[in-house]
Amino acid sequence: MADAAKKVVLDPLVNNNPITLQVLGICSALAVTSNLGVALIMCLALTSVTAFSNLFISMIRNQIPNSIRIIAQMAVIASLVIVVDQILKAYAYEVSKQLSVFVGLIITNCIVMGRAEAFAMKEAPGASFLDGIGNGLGYSIILISVGVVRELFGAGSLLGYEILPLVNNGGWYQPMGLMLLPPSAFFIIGLLIWAQRTWKTSQVEPREYQIHSVHRAEVL
Amino acid sequence: MNKDSTLYTIVAATVLCLVCSIVVSTAAVKLRPLQEANKIEDKKRNILQVVGLLQEGQTVEEAFKQVEARVVDIRSGEYAVDVDAASYDQRSAASDPALSIALDKSEDKAAIGAQAKLASVYLVRNDDGSLKYIILPVHGYGLWSTLYGFLALEGDGNTVVGLSFYDHAETPGLGGEVDNPRWKGQWPGKVAYSADGTASLELAKGGVDPNKPSAKHQVDGLAGATLTSVGVTNLLQFWLGDLGFRPYLQRIQAGQG
Repeated sequence: MADAAKKVVLDPLVNNNPITLQVLGICSALAVTSNLGVALIMCLALTSVTAFSNLFISMIRNQIPNSIRIIAQMAVIASLVIVVDQILKAYAYEVSKQLSVFVGLIITNCIVMGRAEAFAMKEAPGASFLDGIGNGLGYSIILISVGVVRELFGAGSLLGYEILPLVNNGGWYQPMGLMLLPPSAFFIIGLLIWAQRTWKTSQVEPREYQIHSVHRAEVL
Repeated sequence: MNKDSTLYTIVAATVLCLVCSIVVSTAAVKLRPLQEANKIEDKKRNILQVVGLLQEGQTVEEAFKQVEARVVDIRSGEYAVDVDAASYDQRSAASDPALSIALDKSEDKAAIGAQAKLASVYLVRNDDGSLKYIILPVHGYGLWSTLYGFLALEGDGNTVVGLSFYDHAETPGLGGEVDNPRWKGQWPGKVAYSADGTASLELAKGGVDPNKPSAKHQVDGLAGATLTSVGVTNLLQFWLGDLGFRPYLQRIQAGQG
């Protein structure tokens, strides 16, 4: 049992990572990673929503009528997200202002919905909760790595503390403005996927088509 | 009961919705007082920060004692005396047809639809009673949201002390950079009105050219956020214009403040 639980939590970190392998949740990975602090809060919010939505959906999985299961999952997820948003507004007002619309957009994050449909509808509540935590952590690993790269090279700081003194402030580092813009997250995630598939070659999908090399003689 | 029957589906959906709505509304109601308190404190903090009055180790409430809240009639620029300035809520007044003036599309530069007849202003005085800072609430539409903020002017009603937004939902990292301290640091010393009296503050796309005479009215536009930048320019020019605080500022300059 312990081994199974460990697998459920650890698998999504690398082997079955929701961002780099399942390629879900890209939108928020682009949007909230220009600053590490905001990315961390987003990770926390998403991990708790995924874990608890998995838990609750798994608890009522035998009661949910099949014909409305997706909308029932949405109702649970949306309620949880609103509660998280309300809690942030009450206890972490500054942070909730920085995250602005993105907390609400957790509802549309494919990871939450994907795990509910793929895992929580079939498995017991305990395992589903762990699966939610595991996938949240898998998402977090990528968000944090992207956030570190973007904030360090885009703003010369980490969590607001200056690491590379900027030219503007009399230092030597000329920040890469691109890193603060969403496209840079695409490049970084692309490189991460590349690195991961070079390491774990089993993740490379077979080609969907083969470019046929034409011999000169065939054309003639 | 058959799990796939229509009746079961409807009952299950109703129960689920009921449970979810109870959870959500409990959270909303229980946390409302804390959230409201946060909002009010945040607004006060922003008023203080825009003029740099909030010192380390001082609570917002204490520091706010230096600030005098008044209410002005936006069209005539005169102080309204029969309104309690401390509790007046300009934001909700703007959405009440009885308390607001609808704006025609041609004059509605800030895209706000209607403005409150009465506007709050916050004053900070020198020891001799003369005006030190005038803090004006401004708002207008950016890209996704209405930006609410404060523009602080010196006692002359023309030199900018600072600009800060306390409520908006612009894209974090792009339009959301209106909160960036370095960007806000460009505002102090800028001149609100040009020689002919037009409200001239603006965000310059591609950065300010310090050699141009208009540089004293301009700060750098926000990179990657053209629409937010245009929105901020428009709202500043609207609120400093004839439909905004101009009549009030003119009265102050004429010594009737």
